Amino acid sequence: MADLNTRLKEAQDVAANPKKMMAQYLKAGKKVVGCMAMYTPEPIVHASGMIPMGLWGGQVEQKVVKTYMPAFACPIMQSCLELGLRGSYEGLSAAVIPTLCDVFRCVTQDWNVAIDIPVIPLTYPQHRQLEESIAFLVSELETVKGKLEKICGHAITDDAINASIDLYNQHAAAMRTFAKVANDHLDVITPEVRHAVFKSALFMERGEHLALMNDIIEGLKALPVYKHTGKKVVLTGITAEPDDFLAALSGNGVAVVADDLGQEMRQYRTEMPAGANPLERIARQWQNRTGDPLAHSPTNERGEMLVEMVKENGADGVIVCLMKFCDPEEYDFPLIHGSLKEAGVPTLSLDIDQQPNKYEQAKNRVQAFVEML
Amino acid sequence: MSEQTAAAEAAKKPKRPIAKSLQMCNDTLAKLYADTNAAKARGEKIGWSTSIFPQEIAESMGLCVVYPENHSAGISARKQSEEFLQHAEGPLEYNNDICAYAKVNLGYMDILEVPGNNMPLPDFVLVANNICNQVTKWFGNIAKVNNVPMFMLDTVFNYDTEVTESRVKFMRAQLDALIKNLSAYTGKKFDEDKFKEVMDISIRNCELWIEANERLAHTPSPLSGFDLFNYMACMVCFRGKKETTAILEQLILEIDEHIKNGTSTYSGEQNYRIYWDGIACWPHLSHNLRTMRKYGMNVVATAYVRAWALDYKSGDLDGMAEAYSTTAGNNMPLETQVQRRSDALIKFKCDGMLYHMNRSCKVMDCMQYEVQRRVEEKTGVPFTSFDGDQSDYRNYSEAQFETRLEAFAEMMKVRKEGMRNG
Ligand code: SF4
Ligand code: SF4
Repeated sequence: MADLNTRLKEAQDVAANPKKMMAQYLKAGKKVVGCMAMYTPEPIVHASGMIPMGLWGGQVEQKVVKTYMPAFACPIMQSCLELGLRGSYEGLSAAVIPTLCDVFRCVTQDWNVAIDIPVIPLTYPQHRQLEESIAFLVSELETVKGKLEKICGHAITDDAINASIDLYNQHAAAMRTFAKVANDHLDVITPEVRHAVFKSALFMERGEHLALMNDIIEGLKALPVYKHTGKKVVLTGITAEPDDFLAALSGNGVAVVADDLGQEMRQYRTEMPAGANPLERIARQWQNRTGDPLAHSPTNERGEMLVEMVKENGADGVIVCLMKFCDPEEYDFPLIHGSLKEAGVPTLSLDIDQQPNKYEQAKNRVQAFVEML
Repeated sequence: MSEQTAAAEAAKKPKRPIAKSLQMCNDTLAKLYADTNAAKARGEKIGWSTSIFPQEIAESMGLCVVYPENHSAGISARKQSEEFLQHAEGPLEYNNDICAYAKVNLGYMDILEVPGNNMPLPDFVLVANNICNQVTKWFGNIAKVNNVPMFMLDTVFNYDTEVTESRVKFMRAQLDALIKNLSAYTGKKFDEDKFKEVMDISIRNCELWIEANERLAHTPSPLSGFDLFNYMACMVCFRGKKETTAILEQLILEIDEHIKNGTSTYSGEQNYRIYWDGIACWPHLSHNLRTMRKYGMNVVATAYVRAWALDYKSGDLDGMAEAYSTTAGNNMPLETQVQRRSDALIKFKCDGMLYHMNRSCKVMDCMQYEVQRRVEEKTGVPFTSFDGDQSDYRNYSEAQFETRLEAFAEMMKVRKEGMRNG
């Protein structure tokens, strides 16, 4: 087993250099398919033998994208489109883009006309309680599968997808284990490291990342338990990036003990259930998602879920990492803040922006928050 | 006075008597709110609904339903939104960024008092996300805060121009469930015959609406373009009622009278025929009108012309599902959006296209630039755009609107002269 530090370093390296990862896979003769935040049916891509590669934007100045979107669209989609327009995604065989919100609806269309990489759109149903939503989503997934088959040049079998789903489930379980184990080693797993471990998954073939996670988990378990004396928080939002932002936490002795981030734990908390039809398994995962701002639920359990997470992980408070201009998150804020206030959980809301930015103000606000805790 | 009418009326100089059809429309709207309040007082369950929801169902059950978008628009047009915006962004902690219809409504929901038409709290909400996903979140919050059920028609975005069979099936299943569940929840019987009757009325009303709008293709236009905004309650709030048939028939009579006499409610020369893209800028309607009038610009076409072009046959639920999916441009891909606009520019013989870059509405904004380019490429019709907001008066600059329009008039002038000179 490689030693823990090497493996953590590797995760950090991958998280910081997705482009390098793509180049590696391309060089090895693999086709790479972009999987746009937040959810895409990655196991289908995986089963095809192609590499699913997460597209989550990056710290980039918005220039060309200004001819496609007004400045008040969320920075993550701005930067995804900006990078696409600048040619940074060259090498991708396709990009799968879900239409999960209003900006996404438009991104499927803008990408299609502006970027020379075929887009594979898909619509997830929002009326998820109805059983017929499953048949609908399965048919969307069939379409995605068909388009992927054209790109990889062969049929993608049910067996292959089922095997990929099992691997993804196993990996998700490993990520959940990691999140638990990490809390006993908050000296090693700082907010920045924790984030890098989660983020690296988006750019690595799942089997490889599972191996990485198994090593990291074993390595951590071998260490003596560390007692963190600083404050502990739960993060919620779309992403908690970049490291400058997280440094506002670590710099104030704050550890992350759980998250409800689109880029991190939301990817892993709902498994694809067992079943014979693989596409139905993927559809049921969507149906089973709870407390998710992008998956409508008539009872919106997110606030209550966060209170639970705080209790379960002995956190002192919640930091809402509010993606600027993200209306699904913005509509949720008063609800989740209401639930947290009612439960007596201190909450701080900080803006997330993907433009190169200084997070000085965030640092001061975290400091004030810590003093208040 | 009705919702949007106040501001529009104020903008019209010299004052002219209110048209009979408009009076009928205002009275019907006032009655809708009065009936809804009375129903609530009787202990009946009343609903709040999005604007392009299959109202045929609730209407046939005799349920009272009101429409927050229309209500917020009215508050904004009467310049009463300040209190509600402040309340939503202050104590209620809503972000400044979200749709201002939602901000005004969520603020109102907590205050429940405004001079003009008031609506009681809902016992259920009806949501179709064909207009946007924001309504899913907004009405979801209404349902959660009031602890009432949300009945939804998820029209699943069409990224291709065709509505797939799987979409129709899913939506049909939702309509069936909606009928069953709404009836069970409200205790109101669902009657096939009554439903069919309401469908017939609705189909007729949608036809009349298009007919009235299409009269503006006449040169010169018989109406000042914003006039039709005053009748939108007919489509949003009582699309399934017989009253609407009477209102629109009367309106068409009035329009025809103008055409016959060669008159128009637009005062002055109509130099330029404009397509107004996007929602009206309710808080600044009078400034919009004044500025446009300076150059003799008259709005002769809007997206509202076909926003309720619900093309289904009475009794055909599959067709109805599909119609609700395609009628809203926001639920359709770029290609369709470009085609619909280009068709309208030609049909209404427009000289220019004026895009409202609406700070509230991401779904309309985030592919607008490409729509602008393509529509111009396809039709040669010049365009300009301005920054505004349909409900948050703060997101608008009079100076910008004026400068943009000045340049716009120049563009259209040059093109017209060029065409005249061959
Ligand atoms: S969910 Fe939020 S962050 Fe994601 S694309 Fe939509 S607006 Fe942007
Ligand atoms: S203005 Fe736009 S965001 Fe607001 S409700 Fe209408 S379609 Fe939705």
